[in-house]
Amino acid sequence: MALSSPEKYGAKSAATVTERLSSGKRHLGDSVVEIGLLAALMSALLILLVLILSVLENAWPILSTRFGDFLSSGLDASDAANAGVWQAMRGTLTMAIIVSLVAFPLGVACAVYLEEYAGKSLLARLTRINVRNLAGVPSIVYGILGLAVFVKFAGGFTGGRTVIAGGLTLSVLVLPIVIITASEALRAVPRSIREGALGVGATQWETIRSHVLPAAAPGILTGTVLSLSRAAGEAAPLLLVGGVTGLLTTGNQGLWEQITQGGFTSMPVAIFSYARQTGADFREVTGAASLVLLVLVVLINAIAILLRNRFEKRW
Amino acid sequence: MKAFFLTAAVTTFVITLLIIYTLVNDAWGFFVNVPKDALWSLGWFPRREFFDIKTLIMGSLMVTGIAMLIAVPIGLGSAIYLSEFARPKVRKILKPVVEILSGIPSVVLGYFAISFINPNLIVRFFDGANKAFNIAAAGVAVGILTIPIITSVAEDALRAVPNALREASFGLGARRVATTFRVVFPAGISGVVAALILGMSRAIGETMVVAIAAGAVGGGLFSLDPFQPGQTMTAAMAALGFGSDQVAGSGLAFQSLYFIGFVLFVITFLLNLVGDRLVRRVREEY
Repeated sequence: MALSSPEKYGAKSAATVTERLSSGKRHLGDSVVEIGLLAALMSALLILLVLILSVLENAWPILSTRFGDFLSSGLDASDAANAGVWQAMRGTLTMAIIVSLVAFPLGVACAVYLEEYAGKSLLARLTRINVRNLAGVPSIVYGILGLAVFVKFAGGFTGGRTVIAGGLTLSVLVLPIVIITASEALRAVPRSIREGALGVGATQWETIRSHVLPAAAPGILTGTVLSLSRAAGEAAPLLLVGGVTGLLTTGNQGLWEQITQGGFTSMPVAIFSYARQTGADFREVTGAASLVLLVLVVLINAIAILLRNRFEKRW
Repeated sequence: MKAFFLTAAVTTFVITLLIIYTLVNDAWGFFVNVPKDALWSLGWFPRREFFDIKTLIMGSLMVTGIAMLIAVPIGLGSAIYLSEFARPKVRKILKPVVEILSGIPSVVLGYFAISFINPNLIVRFFDGANKAFNIAAAGVAVGILTIPIITSVAEDALRAVPNALREASFGLGARRVATTFRVVFPAGISGVVAALILGMSRAIGETMVVAIAAGAVGGGLFSLDPFQPGQTMTAAMAALGFGSDQVAGSGLAFQSLYFIGFVLFVITFLLNLVGDRLVRRVREEY
C-alpha cells in the first residue's frame, strides 16, 4: 500500500499513519524542522509582498495625482514633475511585436524539427544540449552578440543602434525558452493522434499541420506568451545595442522615424535611467515606472495562465 | 518541409557559434593589445587603462556569495516543504506564488535594492555601510532573484525520487523528517546540487540589479568590503556598453567589454554544463 504517496492518498493520510506509528505522539524535534521549512517558504512569500508594497508606496504620489499624465508624458531627466514613460512603453511594444514575428516562428519550427522529425539522431541530441546551454547564457552576453551582429555586421539592414536591432537581440535571447516550452507541448501530444492521421494516409507534414500543431497549440501559446514577458522585462542586452539611457528626451519622433533612425528605449531601460537620477522626486518616478512594468509583466503572465486553463486538454 | 524545420534547428548552432566567435575574436584582440601589467593593477578603471580583472571577479564572487546566503536556505527549504510536507491543496496555491517571483524584472529588483533593502536592512544593521550603494544590498536582491530557480529545480529533483523509497522508510518506522533527510534528500542529492549550481550561474550573470544597486559604475578600486560600492563583471560590461565611461564605440577600453564577456561566458557555460548533467542524472536513475 502506497500510504505515503501524496498524490494518491494525500499528505494528510500519510501524516495520520506516521502519527499512529508513533503511538499518537507528535515529536517536538520533527515539528521544529517542519516549522523551519515552512518559515523558508513563508519568507519567500513575504519578500514578494514587501516588494509589491514597497513599489506601491514609492509610486503612490504619482499614482494618486497624475498617473494618466505619467503614462502619456515623455521621458525627462531634468524635471521629475513632468517625467513619464510614453516612449518607453512604445519601445517595449515595438520590440514585443518584433519578438513575436521572429522568435515565435523560428522557435516553434525548431521544436517541430526536434520532436517530429529528428527522433534520437545525433543532430537532435546536440541541438537539445545546445539549446539548454543557450538558455543559461547571461542576458548581457546576448547584448554583445546583438552589438556585433545586429548593430555592426547587419547595420545596413537594421540601421545600427535602432529598435530593430534591439528587438532582434531580444528575439535571440528568448529563442531557447520558446524552443524548450514548445518542445514540451509537442511531446505531450499522444502518439495515437499522429498514428491516426498517418494511418488514413496523411503525409508527415499534413499530420503535423492539421493534427499535432492544433493539439499542441495551447501549450505552445502559453510558452511563447511567457517568453514575451521575459523579453519585456529585460534591460541588460538593450544597454549594449543602444537603448537610450542618457538623453532621455529622444524617441519623440513618429513610429517610423523611431524605427529607422534609432534612439529607442524600453520600460526596463527607462527604469534603469530613472533609478540613476538622484533626488526623491525621481525615486517616485522610478517607483511609478516599476509599477507599470510589474503590472505589464503580471498581466502577460496572467494571460498565459488563462490561455492554458481555457484550452488545456487532458489526454 | 523537413528542410525548413532543419534550418530552424541549425539556426541555434549559428547563434552559439556567433557568440563564441565574437567573444573569442575581440577578447583575443584585447588580450594582445593590452599592457600586461594593466591586467593586475589597483582596480578597474577602463578609461585610465587599469584593467584589473580580479577586481571584477571578486565583486562577482561577493555578490554571488551573498545571494547564495539568502537563496539557499529559503530556496531549498521551500523546495523540501513543497515536495515533502505540503498538502496537495496548499502546494497548488503556494507554488505559483513562488513562481511569480521569477517573473519579476531584474530592474525592479534593482530599484527595490536601493529603495528598500539598503536603507531598511543593510544600513540599519551594519554600521559604516555605504548609504547609497553597496555590494551587500545588490547581493541580497540577486539572492531574491535566485530563490525561484533553486526552488523549482530542487523540487523537481525531490519529487522525482520514487515513492517506494519513502514507503520503505515509513515501513521501517521512520518518521517524516527522518525519511525526508535520510532517504529522500540523499536520493535526490545530485538534483539538489544542480539547483545550487544553476542558481549560482544565474547569480553571476545577473546584470541590472548590480548595475543599479552596487554603485561604482565608472570603475572601482580592488576591495573586499561588501558594504562599499563595488563592481562586478556584468555591471562593468553594462557600464562600458551604455557609455557612462565615455568609451563606447572604440579603443582598448571598449574592447575590454568582450574580454569580460568571454570570462563570464566561460564561467557560466561550465556551471550550466555541470548543472545540466546532474539534472539529467536524477532523471536517468529513476
